[in-house]
Amino acid sequence: MADPMRIRAQAAGGNATVRVLMAHEMETGQRKDAAGKVIPAWHITNITATHNGNTVLTGEWGPAVAKNPFLQFIVKGAKAGDKISINWKDNRGESRTDEATVS
Amino acid sequence: MQTRRKTLRNSALVAGLLAASGLFPGYALAFNAKAFEAKNLTDVLKALGLGTPTESKDVSITGPDIAENGAVVPVGASTTLAGVKQLLLLVEKNPSALIASFNVSDSVDANITTRAKMGQSSDVYAVALLADGRVLFAKKEIKVTLGGCGG
Repeated sequence: MADPMRIRAQAAGGNATVRVLMAHEMETGQRKDAAGKVIPAWHITNITATHNGNTVLTGEWGPAVAKNPFLQFIVKGAKAGDKISINWKDNRGESRTDEATVS
Repeated sequence: MQTRRKTLRNSALVAGLLAASGLFPGYALAFNAKAFEAKNLTDVLKALGLGTPTESKDVSITGPDIAENGAVVPVGASTTLAGVKQLLLLVEKNPSALIASFNVSDSVDANITTRAKMGQSSDVYAVALLADGRVLFAKKEIKVTLGGCGG
């Protein structure tokens, strides 16, 4: 399906800063194509981030998040070697999960 | 494949119905469509079932003063307060005011950055919902030179 997400997780001082770049069109449902028909909304609706299997962050996104969304957050108590996984679901029912290890 | 897609679709339909009828609490995993259709800060909070917001210095919103490309505006919301349950990002003049809502657990800092689309220069709000029920916000005006919603 979509390209894999790029996840960078860096441990610093007991926390890990996680940066994720997801590949997704994020159509707002406002644009019209060349024929004048509205391009239907297609965007990520839910995000779940887990750290070593525990959910640490969930989010709901509307159509106004930019294309190829970027997300940055800080996980407390994460250290090198921990697993961070990000999962998204969009309004077409598709979803994707990618994992990274904290460095 | 077929069965899974049908199940997903059915559960999405049910979740949508429940969310529309307001039965889901504000921080449920289901997509809260009503909140995303609201047009300004008060309506978004009403759709999420929350009270009136108070401006607070403990909540901060980060973002450029002038965004060259309205399709990609980096914005961040953070707060130093303890007991934050949810962080919301809103752009007042967007067709859908609520950009994103994040349910923060104790394992993450209440500090999120993402990129939003802004249709025009507008105020951007970061709202923090605390466990004790307080709704605090901060706002910042971001000017946009080229609108990002497809115009």
